[in-house]
Amino acid sequence: MKQLTINGVDHTVDAPDDMPLLWVIRDMVGLTGTKFGCGVAACGACTVHLDGVAVRSCMTPVARAVGKKVTTIEGLSPDGTHPIQLAWVKDSVPQCGYCQPGQQMTAAALLAKTPKPSDTQIREALAGNICRCGCYQRIEAAVKTAAGVA
Amino acid sequence: MRRGSFLTVTTGMGAGLAIGAMLPTMRPVLAAVAGAAEPAEFSPNVWVHVRTDGTVKVMLSKSEMGQGIYTGLPMLVAEELDFPITSVVCEFAPAEDAYADKLFTFDMTTGGSTSTPDMWPVLRQAGATARAMLVSAAAQKWGVPAASCTTKAGVVTSGANHATYAELAPLAATLPVPTNVPLKDPAQFTLIGTSPKRMDVDAKVRGTARYGIDVVLPGMLYANVQKSPTFGGTVVSFDATAAKAVPGVVDVFPIGSGVAVVATNTWAAFQGAEKVKVTWKPGMTKGSPELFAEAEHLARTTTVVAGKVGPGDISQAQGKELGAVYKGPFLAHAPMEPMNTTVWVKSDGSVEIWSPTQVQSRTKAIGMQICGVTADKVQVHTTFLGGGFGRRLHPDFVVDAVEIGKHMSGKPVKTTWRREDDVKNDAFRPMAVNVIRAKIDAGKVVAWEHRKAEKSILRTWAPPLFKNGLDAFAVDSMTPEDYAFPNSITYYSDHDYAVPVGFMRAPGANWNCFVTESFMDELAHAAGADPLAFRLANMSEKATRARGVLQLATDKVWGHPLPGTTQGLALGWWGGAYSAVVADITLDAPIVHVKRAVIAVDVGRVVHPDIAFTQVQGALNYGLAMALSAKITLTKGVVDQSNFYDYTVLRMTESPQIVVHFVQSTADPRGIGELGVPAIAPAIGNAIFRATGKRVRSLPFKDALA
Repeated sequence: MKQLTINGVDHTVDAPDDMPLLWVIRDMVGLTGTKFGCGVAACGACTVHLDGVAVRSCMTPVARAVGKKVTTIEGLSPDGTHPIQLAWVKDSVPQCGYCQPGQQMTAAALLAKTPKPSDTQIREALAGNICRCGCYQRIEAAVKTAAGVA
Repeated sequence: MRRGSFLTVTTGMGAGLAIGAMLPTMRPVLAAVAGAAEPAEFSPNVWVHVRTDGTVKVMLSKSEMGQGIYTGLPMLVAEELDFPITSVVCEFAPAEDAYADKLFTFDMTTGGSTSTPDMWPVLRQAGATARAMLVSAAAQKWGVPAASCTTKAGVVTSGANHATYAELAPLAATLPVPTNVPLKDPAQFTLIGTSPKRMDVDAKVRGTARYGIDVVLPGMLYANVQKSPTFGGTVVSFDATAAKAVPGVVDVFPIGSGVAVVATNTWAAFQGAEKVKVTWKPGMTKGSPELFAEAEHLARTTTVVAGKVGPGDISQAQGKELGAVYKGPFLAHAPMEPMNTTVWVKSDGSVEIWSPTQVQSRTKAIGMQICGVTADKVQVHTTFLGGGFGRRLHPDFVVDAVEIGKHMSGKPVKTTWRREDDVKNDAFRPMAVNVIRAKIDAGKVVAWEHRKAEKSILRTWAPPLFKNGLDAFAVDSMTPEDYAFPNSITYYSDHDYAVPVGFMRAPGANWNCFVTESFMDELAHAAGADPLAFRLANMSEKATRARGVLQLATDKVWGHPLPGTTQGLALGWWGGAYSAVVADITLDAPIVHVKRAVIAVDVGRVVHPDIAFTQVQGALNYGLAMALSAKITLTKGVVDQSNFYDYTVLRMTESPQIVVHFVQSTADPRGIGELGVPAIAPAIGNAIFRATGKRVRSLPFKDALA
């Protein structure tokens, strides 16, 4: 049994050490906002925060999350009012929306560390997050909106 | 069930594409009902439910995969109903005949960017009918003429009398349903043509939008399939010992496409499926070089004529002759949400299917056929789709899920493919070889011959539409009518092999426009003409819309590249709509950097300008991904690529500045989803030629320039 703290709530899960945190979050805890895209840390759809740092949960063994604070898209803010979420709505970013939890978690971690990122910093931080709908221009604009550097 | 055999269970397929058969066929059959969980409502037709809680529910017969129908379609109702869009709620419709489309397949399908053109008359009429009945109810209640009543924002007014639609709904529900209610004069539109907030945006930024992969049911199990490494391969035998040793695995059994593993979580199912030791009887073992050689031979020798103008014989024309061979690879759609479907076969024989599908009718038919039940026993629930791009028109993943669900009868099972399963088992954009030649004289194309071999999608997806060896999608844009070629002929050959192929964003055009518009550039160069001037000089007098986009895209831009860049331009066509692109590039061979793309489109009237804008921008990015480095290749019948590390798609760092211009139009709306795709690749190729003198005749650019 493992004790996990996800979005401030304690969960006890019966998962092997090497089970990816993604599947613990989705199939055992039942939080489905964190998405499966590739399983090999190549697309960013599964991005969550471990103690505030953006990680790809599909390649993070659950054992690594024990004793740390896990934040998923559901816990980014209690009511969808994180500056990143407000900017995503204002700039109408999502199309299919499937990659957006991962995009937002990556962007939120960027702004927590670098509140006023340059264009290059934004693009490099988000280069690991694939969007097949091609929302890249809107994502970049929304990060700037949230950072107040637009 | 063998790979692809689901295609025999299609329902309700019409005999033709029947573009233009757009008469609304309302079914004014439902009376007011007061459901247990739903508010009381007035439903004059299957689309609109005016509810007594102050909301209006609109039923959506189309799937939302990012293209914005979840907002654009209810706008059509709200406009005619005079109802605030912010109080509309949407629900995905069940797979019933009443929701069959009338433009594309005549069953419940979302594809070909037909949603808005298909629903434009239907939903406007549905909203107008409901409004007329609410007005009649108010007139009856107040004893005033209906003509004295006006409507605005969900309120009927006559003199000093006011009543909300919610108040009038019970009375309206008792009235006869009128037919052929007049629609608004488009000049009176107050909602269509504006950009209200997307109705799915809040859920999508909070992680609460439910996609197929997010379906959770009580006692649900999870499955994956080890699929045949070759196409058409079959299971000879398998050893499940190692798979069953994975904690959480509960069952291992063969299905049509391979060996299924069912477990208590997705991860265990994935691990189990990998560990099944399968002995396969191989299917097709051809590799890409062999398939390309076959296709080139077929293209050169085919006698199936797809179109002809004038004599259709290039040998009869006098002029300078040019010829070229263009080769395009297989491509995978790779939508972000991997293929999945959840199936619950219940003890009473009923079947529930939750699926991110573009084909509800086919999904239902698969449930009926595999489970051996009648239509009334199968319920299809459509979820949000994590991207589609045509992939989910091919319900092979539903077949897997229903076979597994049937085997596990009594328990709901969610079957999820890994990304590797998706990349290796797509219904791929077919590979193609085009053999093209033309003659020019005095700056004009005097003869044109365009030959192509490509596996037909329609032959298996919609057999009635594959006639006389011809596939209308495969030949789209091979010889654009907008060019006034006095002597032209287009040939097609179906290239049959076991690899499944399917529609991909702007099918046909997504490859053919690269050939046509690159070759027009070759001809312009041979004629010593500017590419823009050459196209205009060869354009038909009737081609006003093609001229319009070309002028809009090039205005103030053509001839003024960004510093250090080289420009190329191209036209693009899809489904009666037009686009033109000017691309400014730099080259760091084999890598092309697109710095800016200016695209002009003409899609007729635009329902929601901001969604339309992002559709064009996104489609251009999708076309860019198809052109820069993506390819699927086969070695001895096995797909060489696996995941996003070797099937490389566009990333933010590669995405250019995109400028989108719309031609202002009052023509009825056409689809917007595909049009950003076709012109970007040839615009880049033409820029590469100008920069280097090297003509690229195959994609992706990264390989061609290596």
